Amino acid sequence: MSAIELRPTCKPADYKSEVHPIWCPGCGDYHVLMAFTRAFAQLGLAPENTVVVSGIGCSSRVPAYTTCYGFHGVHGRSLALATGLKVARPDLTVIVASGDGDGYSIGGNHFLHACRRNIDMTYVVMDNRVYGMTKGQPSPTTEPDFDTALSPGGTGLSPFHPLVIALASGANFVARAFSGAPNETASILVEAIRHPGFSFVEILSPCVTFRPDEREWKSLVHSAPVGVTHDPAKAARRIMTDDGFNIGILYSGDRRPYQPRMEGQNVDLADLEKDFEL
Amino acid sequence: MSKTPSERPITNIADLLALAHQIEADAVQRYTEFAEQMETHNNQELVKVFRDLARAEGIHAAEIRKMAGDVDLVAQAQRLGRWNKGDSPEEADLGAAHYMMTPWHALQLALVGEKQALAFFTSIVESAKDAKIKEMAAEFVEEEAEHVNLVYRLLRKYPQPADEWSEDDDPPIAQD
Repeated sequence: MSAIELRPTCKPADYKSEVHPIWCPGCGDYHVLMAFTRAFAQLGLAPENTVVVSGIGCSSRVPAYTTCYGFHGVHGRSLALATGLKVARPDLTVIVASGDGDGYSIGGNHFLHACRRNIDMTYVVMDNRVYGMTKGQPSPTTEPDFDTALSPGGTGLSPFHPLVIALASGANFVARAFSGAPNETASILVEAIRHPGFSFVEILSPCVTFRPDEREWKSLVHSAPVGVTHDPAKAARRIMTDDGFNIGILYSGDRRPYQPRMEGQNVDLADLEKDFEL
Repeated sequence: MSKTPSERPITNIADLLALAHQIEADAVQRYTEFAEQMETHNNQELVKVFRDLARAEGIHAAEIRKMAGDVDLVAQAQRLGRWNKGDSPEEADLGAAHYMMTPWHALQLALVGEKQALAFFTSIVESAKDAKIKEMAAEFVEEEAEHVNLVYRLLRKYPQPADEWSEDDDPPIAQD
C-alpha cells in the first residue's frame, strides 16, 4: 500500500456514494460494501487517491457505490485494467472487486498472472458459487451436484480452489472472509490493503435468490483455528484440508512487489505509433 | 490469559460514550441500508419503518455526541476496536432482509438489537468499578429498556404475518 494519506477520523459514510445498490435484499454483497467502507475509514484512505476497479456481475457494481474513483470494466478483465493502472500510477491505492464467475472463469487467466506478477493491489472476490446476474448458472466454484433446470443433475465437475491457486501462483497475502461478519471482513481488508504486493481476499457472500441454501453459511463459518503462516506450503496444506469455511488471514508472504521503473520514460504515444505505421 | 483489546473493561467515561455512540451509529447505518434496499424494491411500508428506526437511533447518537463535548467519539471507538470481530449490539442482520418482508419482520430485527444493547449496558453496570461509569451505564440501561418496550408496543400494531408472506406469484427465479 503506497498511497495511503491519513486523514482525521473518517467515517464509513464518507465512502458511500449517493447511488443506491440494486442487489437483492439479503444479498451478501451489501455487507461486503459495508466492510469496504469501514476498512477505508479505518485506513483513512483519501477517496481521490483510491480506485475501485471491477469487471461484470453483481459484485462488480461496487465501484458505483463508493466515493472513490471507480472503473467498471470489461467482463473478467478487471485485473488487467488494475495492473495497468497501478503500474502507471503507483501512488494510488488500487482495490479490485470481482465475483466467482467474473474472476475465476472469464478472468481466470488474469487471476493466475496477477498473482504471479505480485503488483501491489488488493483483489476481493465475492464468491457466491453461482452466476447471479444472469439468473443462476453454475460458476467455477459451484458444487458438482448443484441440480437446477440449467444444470440438470449438477455439472459433476470439481470446483475451482481459488485460495490454493492463488498461493501456487504467487499471491503475497491470502485470506478468506464471510460477508455476514462485516467488521471482521473490514479488519481483514485493512490488513490486505496494508500488505505489500498482491493481496487476495475471498469473501463468501451468499446469493439469497439463486442459492437460498447459502443463508446457512452463517452457521458454518468459523475462525481459522491456527494463526497466519508465512510458509506457502504449510498454508496450501491447511487450505486444501480445511472445510472451506475457515475465516481469517491464511497466508502472509514477503515477496517484493513488482513495480517497473517509470521515471524518465515519458514516451510520446505518437512516436510509438510511428513504428507500427503500414 | 490476558484480555484482548475488545474485551477490556471500560475504565473511563469517554470510552463508554464512544461505545454507546458506535452502537447507535452502526444501527443508523444498518437501518438506512435496509430502508434503501426496500426503496429500491418498492416496499414503501418498510421504507418508512426503517427510516423511522434510523431516525430514532440517529437522535440518540446526536445526544451522546452532545454529552461527549469535544471528545472525538469516532476516533475513540476506532482505538478501542471493541467489535472488530463481530457486530455491535444493535446492528440488525442485513442477511435477514427479503424484498417482501413486513413491518413485523423489521421490528423483530429491531427487538433483537435493542435487547442486545440492553444486555451490553447491563453487563457494564454489573462489572464497572467506577461509580460514574456505573451511573452513566445505568442511564443507558434505562433508555434501552424503554426502547425494548417501545418495540413491543409497535409490534401490537403489526401482528405476525401468515406463513405464506414470502410467496410471490411472479418470483425472480426464472430457471425453475
